[in-house]
Amino acid sequence: MPKLYSGAEIVFKCLEDQGVSNIFGYPGGAVLPIYDELKNFKSIKHYLVRHEQGAGHAAEGYARSTGKPGVLLVTSGPGATNAVTALTDAYMDSVPLVCISGQVPTHLIGTDAFQECDTTGITRPCTKHNWLVKDVKDLAKTIHKAFEVSTTGRPGPVLVDIPKDIQFQKTNYINYKRKIKLKGKSHNQFSKNDIEELVNLLKKASKPIFYTGGGVVNSGPKASELLRELVRATGFPITSTLQGLGCYPADDNQFLGMLGMHGTYEANNAMYECDLMINIGARFDDRITGKIDEFSPNSKKVHIDIDPSSINKNVKVDLAIVGDVKSVIESTIKTLKKTKHDFLKSNKQKTSKWWEKIQKWRSRRSLDYIGSEETIKPQYAVERLYELTKDKDTYITTEVGQHQMWAAQHYKFNKPNRWMTSGGLGTMGYGLPAAVGVQVAHPNKLVIDIAGEASVLMTMQEMSTAVQYGLPIKIFILNNEYMGMVRQWQELLHDKNYSESYTAALPDFVKLAEAYGCVGLRAKTPEELDDKIIEMLNTDQPVIFDCLVDKQENCFPMIPSGKPHNQMLLGPNDQKSKKITGKGRTLV
Amino acid sequence: MANSKSAYSFAGKKQKLDTHIIVVWVDNEAGVLARVVGLFSGRGYNIESLAVAEVDQSLNISRVTIVTTGTPQVIDQIKLQLKKLVPVHKVADFKREDKNVIFKEMALFKLVGNKIKLEKAFKACKKYDAVILDKTNKSHVIQITALRREIDSMTSNLKKFGLVSVSRTGAVAMTRGAEVFK
Repeated sequence: MPKLYSGAEIVFKCLEDQGVSNIFGYPGGAVLPIYDELKNFKSIKHYLVRHEQGAGHAAEGYARSTGKPGVLLVTSGPGATNAVTALTDAYMDSVPLVCISGQVPTHLIGTDAFQECDTTGITRPCTKHNWLVKDVKDLAKTIHKAFEVSTTGRPGPVLVDIPKDIQFQKTNYINYKRKIKLKGKSHNQFSKNDIEELVNLLKKASKPIFYTGGGVVNSGPKASELLRELVRATGFPITSTLQGLGCYPADDNQFLGMLGMHGTYEANNAMYECDLMINIGARFDDRITGKIDEFSPNSKKVHIDIDPSSINKNVKVDLAIVGDVKSVIESTIKTLKKTKHDFLKSNKQKTSKWWEKIQKWRSRRSLDYIGSEETIKPQYAVERLYELTKDKDTYITTEVGQHQMWAAQHYKFNKPNRWMTSGGLGTMGYGLPAAVGVQVAHPNKLVIDIAGEASVLMTMQEMSTAVQYGLPIKIFILNNEYMGMVRQWQELLHDKNYSESYTAALPDFVKLAEAYGCVGLRAKTPEELDDKIIEMLNTDQPVIFDCLVDKQENCFPMIPSGKPHNQMLLGPNDQKSKKITGKGRTLV
Repeated sequence: MANSKSAYSFAGKKQKLDTHIIVVWVDNEAGVLARVVGLFSGRGYNIESLAVAEVDQSLNISRVTIVTTGTPQVIDQIKLQLKKLVPVHKVADFKREDKNVIFKEMALFKLVGNKIKLEKAFKACKKYDAVILDKTNKSHVIQITALRREIDSMTSNLKKFGLVSVSRTGAVAMTRGAEVFK
């Protein structure tokens, strides 16, 4: 007779079979049997967080920096509801997460038992799929299915809710055989004709632009390599969304920088005036398109996406290619080489005028800011951080707000999976726990959370996690004492009524660091900034870096709400010297 | 320049709305209806009527028929979003005007009145395959199957004949001819 395993054992057997080595979680009444088994599975390391939201974001950071699914283990009721923010965040940004939650015993479900909540009901709209396991015989099958759903197609979070009595019950475990990987294949719905049509459009275009997004990262490192090959083979300009940064090297001449609300002048104008837009793995988000009726009015639009429901959702496109980015680019390059061997040469002439125009936009230097010798400008701080870390293979996470946009604008990413930020949901408090997850996945790499003082306080307790496991994450706080982005909108749109956006009683971050048992550093002037950053980099412990920056600085350039791409608001430099004329000067 | 205080863009032009009948084949498992209905409410789509029942007992397949209105873009989104749900097998979409598709709803009417009124009521129902399911001296329960608007007009017509209660199903649909939707 084969050995019988308890539900709790089966959970770990499944995780082992799925190749999971790190999980993030927090124990509680309804998951105690699972926690009890932890000691018997040495290949799985558990990281105790301080709040279940932290477990979720840590798992996200782990997933995004490795491409593997992140796993979290939480208890019923408050454990599950605390994880909801992270699950929603992962859903919006297509991050593969598997959340295992405990539930009250099956006979108590529906009785308002202690720490009971309708977990599958609450998480239904924020997961790709979820399961309540009511029979221990279904447990293994369900967990393996959960991993499959989470990681195939457009990735996303899933949840498996396991009642406590199921964790105790015993059944046999049939070894899981990894099926032939369906990923890619079953999701590629494009035909040869689609690719030929795309190549045809590439040939005809005189004002083309690539617009790439997080889908390239999700398609794996090979997709980024192929993207680089395609962009170089065509000689076309390329811009990227917030999530796509790193797929194409930021210091390359063909890269126009990020686009969208706080994107560069050249990227947004090129999007507005192009005659061919090739969207690769992005989703025409409202922060990208601005006013949808006037979004890139004269272009043919191609959309490459693995999720058919992304196509024609916000913007109607002329050519839809449903498939995995990697496979689509691969066949595009193949077809391109076959049909037109000297594409680049023949194409240079055609796009030369376009490049001249782009150079003109570029010469506006839209990311410039007015420097200062007395106070640290936040942009300067990010620039220095970049200069001092660019030789290392650095992983950057962020919170949400002005600092996030400055990081995206001024930190130059050259590799995919190095940039972890909450884009879709915009979750303040994402960066610190995400950094924990990234550091777990990459113990010997430099991991920095570029943070704002308001955001970071939302999940500050996870410093305790970092200290416990000796994860030397660096929390680089651009401290302006305001919720900076809120303050900026209030200045520009609400007559400078700074309603509740100033935090009057902030903690002393250096002392706070000491209280957590890590290192606190503070920089007050531009003069001492470099030395302090170097000190931070040389510290082999978690560090909270309190960087006191200009309190009034705004994040520019900016597309005001309800405006198209060609009506950008540029920075104070431009506004003062009145260099901008016409539409570009339109203030909000 | 008008002072926009929104962090979002404004709604674009309103497009024309069409009525569609969406048929969804799903695994008959716990919570599946909540997934389908939650998708509609969560994304702001309409449900005019809904009919659900298991159609294949051995494979545990239920057939959900939803009548909805939306712009062509919204209807496309509804179909694509439905197809993404894990328990969904296939999704069919018919325009209400489609001549190749049969749409039917069933209604039960309870009428209370004298014999003459009840007879008149039954007569009025006759063209919609009327069946008397229950009969007493003072009352009838009549079943009809018809289109939505026909049932709508019958409910108002029957008031004068003593209609006291109406129960009706959502629309169900099936294509004409030998073809089966794959």
